Amino acid sequence: MALLEVKNLDVRFAVRGGDLTALRGISFSLDKGERLGLVGESGAGKSVAAFSILNLIAKPGYIAGGQILFEGKDLAAMSERELRKIRGNRIAMIFQDPMMTLNPVLTIGTQMVEAILAHRKISKKEARAIALDRLQKVQIPSPEKRLDQYPHELSGGMRQRVIIAIALLLDPEVIIADEPTTALDVTIQAEIMDLLLNLCEQENVALMLITHDLGVVSQVTQRMLVMYSGRIIEQGPTRDIIDNAQHPYTVGLISALPQMGEPGARLFQIPGSMPSLKNVPTGCPFHPRCDYATDQCRQAMPDYVHAGNVDVACFEVSKRMEQEKHMQEERS
Amino acid sequence: MTTATVSRWDRFRESFFWYSFKRDKVAILSFVVLLLMVLAAVFAPMLAPADPYDLAQIDIMNSELPPAGLDGADPAFPLGTDAQGRDLLSTILYGTRVSLMIGFGAVLLQSILGVLFGLMAGYLGGKVDAVLMRIADVQLSFSTLMVAIIVGAVFKASFGNLMFGEIAIYMLIFIIGVAEWPQIARTVRASVLAEKKKEYVDAAKVMGFGTPRIMFRHILPNTLSPIFVIGTVQIANAIISEAALSFLGLGMPETQPSLGSLIKSGFDFIQSGSWWITLIPGLVLVVLVLVINLLGDWLRDVMNPRLYKG
Amino acid sequence: MLAFLVQRISQALLVMFVISVIAFAIQDGLGDPLQEMVGMSVSEEEREAIREELGLNDPFLVQYFRFAGNAIQGDLGNSYFYSKPALEVIGEHLPATLELVIGASLIIIFLSVPIGVYSAIRPQAWLSKFFMGVSTVGISIPVFLTAIVLIQLFSIGVTVNWFPGDTGWGQWMNEFLTTEGGLPSYGRGDDLVHLFGTWHSGLFTREGLAHLLLPCISLASIMLPLFIRLIRAEMMEVLQSDYIRFARAKGLSAGRINFLHALKNTMLPVITVGGVQIGIMVAYTILTETVFQWPGLGLMFLEAITRSDIPLIVAYLMVVGLIFVITNTLVDLIYGLVNPTVKLAGKKA
Repeated sequence: MALLEVKNLDVRFAVRGGDLTALRGISFSLDKGERLGLVGESGAGKSVAAFSILNLIAKPGYIAGGQILFEGKDLAAMSERELRKIRGNRIAMIFQDPMMTLNPVLTIGTQMVEAILAHRKISKKEARAIALDRLQKVQIPSPEKRLDQYPHELSGGMRQRVIIAIALLLDPEVIIADEPTTALDVTIQAEIMDLLLNLCEQENVALMLITHDLGVVSQVTQRMLVMYSGRIIEQGPTRDIIDNAQHPYTVGLISALPQMGEPGARLFQIPGSMPSLKNVPTGCPFHPRCDYATDQCRQAMPDYVHAGNVDVACFEVSKRMEQEKHMQEERS
Repeated sequence: MTTATVSRWDRFRESFFWYSFKRDKVAILSFVVLLLMVLAAVFAPMLAPADPYDLAQIDIMNSELPPAGLDGADPAFPLGTDAQGRDLLSTILYGTRVSLMIGFGAVLLQSILGVLFGLMAGYLGGKVDAVLMRIADVQLSFSTLMVAIIVGAVFKASFGNLMFGEIAIYMLIFIIGVAEWPQIARTVRASVLAEKKKEYVDAAKVMGFGTPRIMFRHILPNTLSPIFVIGTVQIANAIISEAALSFLGLGMPETQPSLGSLIKSGFDFIQSGSWWITLIPGLVLVVLVLVINLLGDWLRDVMNPRLYKG
Repeated sequence: MLAFLVQRISQALLVMFVISVIAFAIQDGLGDPLQEMVGMSVSEEEREAIREELGLNDPFLVQYFRFAGNAIQGDLGNSYFYSKPALEVIGEHLPATLELVIGASLIIIFLSVPIGVYSAIRPQAWLSKFFMGVSTVGISIPVFLTAIVLIQLFSIGVTVNWFPGDTGWGQWMNEFLTTEGGLPSYGRGDDLVHLFGTWHSGLFTREGLAHLLLPCISLASIMLPLFIRLIRAEMMEVLQSDYIRFARAKGLSAGRINFLHALKNTMLPVITVGGVQIGIMVAYTILTETVFQWPGLGLMFLEAITRSDIPLIVAYLMVVGLIFVITNTLVDLIYGLVNPTVKLAGKKA
């Protein structure tokens, strides 16, 4: 059994004049100690997916259907009280912007100790010792001093280290990291990413890494999901997808990676932009930008097909596969 | 083709402004009530059964008659009479007129001052800005009502009661206008600072337009919507300030009453059971201020301008 | 810290200087000390001689510095009406106003924080909508009118017979809406406790507290809606922030999130605005004290105006100005102490 299994998750935003669908039929799983990448353009629903796992979607968003099974128990059906025991304790989160994530008026120590005391019946002193240990783990210089400092006294990179330390406080099974390095200086992005990956590996924590950076995902994750307009359009082992992407959108994304092209060559761009939630086209949401779009794509939403180890939602891919199957049958 | 000459009325009817007004019951109701009150005030000389300024029409024998429906009421005085025997309905109509005149007048004055100083502070910056905003800060920290009370007290002490009574209406417009200018000036300044960075200002400069022309012809029109929103709420504030000053005896005299001075003159008789002299004008005042405030809230939601916070 | 203090205090001194110039200009323009000191029979030559002797013919600046020098030594002249030092008169009236302000502030603090927080946490609840509606109406009612209505209801009393008295519900409604009255609405009462100096307190006796009740509620009624709206708006903004969501992601309880994480950030701007509101409160004490004939500074000031008691008016301006300046400076300091992101070095974000 997978550690975390999301089945057919639907998330909607209740706005005046009806609901907007933010996530549609999202299904994926995460095994113990696994590293899963979630990629897509901004607005594809990556963050919504990340926050919906712990039911932390900002209002007016809500989970409209589906299951989020953590160790077999459905988080989507849990009461706030039960869910609180999971949050931070079994599943921790790392947010995008470290400048906004820590409470400006409370010390680092307070914000770490309270997270421990929310889940463990231990003394403040013991909690402080744990906090200190985690700060050491994230290699913050003079950690003792940091406990009594306020967030604004720390640089962005240091704050993100603190946030990683907070995520590790209670030895969680899963860490969900929502673009953990996007808001940081380019010079320290790699440093923080390495730290996070090493710690997850050391502690055997499963990592769900949300990012728009396909390069990072291709290097560090074992499996990946590609999202487009609130749907997962392709998922499978990272190597398989990078080497042999099926969905035209994923193919486009990969060709847009700088290291894929010849030096000096013009970078590839996918024409057009992703539709907003308010006017998602009918059928496959990618069809207005897709070279292979047919009438079928404009009318119906494609189902998932298995192409080797990869699941893809694309009519073109399923057509291609049927042709291959046909040719094989003819040959035999 | 008529498309080239879409009338202003058509444009207005298709605007978001009109659309959201139609959908908001509170805004419609407030507007209707305010309109009725303004009309009643404007046409008070025609509507009022008696002229409260005409001493010949007052009979002291009619004093403190209760409103219709209570024991001892006289049908000639539907809302009763005050302590001097004046018809309360008439004094309220005339009083609303005075209160509205002062309210609009004071806001007109403070808008002129506020726009002028706000534009100067925002556009010229530097020392002008520092001095003007410092004055505004100090004045606001003293509260506009306090400033109005002090200025009113000084005027009253220097002009004497009789003289002050004659020019009270202009004095009050002046006092409240001067006391409240910082509110508008700050808002205008904030908008100017935002507008100043935009390209059209640079373009105007490059084209060689002078500073006053850029300020009034180019920047000012773009700061109008916050002024409009603040100005609406300020009318309500000015009416309350006037009522407060009159209640303290620093405003309109009893011979030429505003709603505030009506409340004041009635208050002396509340202990003897004549509650209507003070509470009916009070109710009118509250309704007037409330509908203006509600319209102000609605305007703020619709126009959503950058207002000065804090 | 030191730089911050110096900056704040020098600002306060500057404001005090401006106030003293204005106050002196009023005294110079309106007051005529001769009128007090000599009778009508004195000839113009003699008046001129006295003027010269008193320095009243000196240049404005010379006179101002004499005025300011005296003021710093606590001499603001004698009240015409009370025939004693103006500051002494103010000292006698100050405690009544302070008790009024303290009582009203307590009401405001203990009601606005819970109501503001509740309506921010549950904006859709009918109780929140009720509170917001009431506070919109409350903002539109001038303080003296609230006071008058309170006097009518709880001091004079109201007998209601609008409903048919022969039916059970009608009688119940009549009785429900009828108020007894009987609460004092005039002055501070006789049963005051002498604390020290000129401070006679009404805070320790039943009668004193009963007299405080209606004036304090009136004074609180005008500020309460402002504070409720302010706290609600700030709190709602804070609740949207990332650090609140992160606190939830840590698995903290709703209580800790709302009352520690959110409230602490909410109260920072509220403290600043609250400081400014103290100034407005002083203006409203004048109105409240007039309605209730409360023997405090506000009533004294108004009486001084009608009596043209110029030295007392000037002294009031100076004292009230000083109170404003001190509270504003204190509020700035407290803000600096509470908010860790303000390094008390002089520059605010």
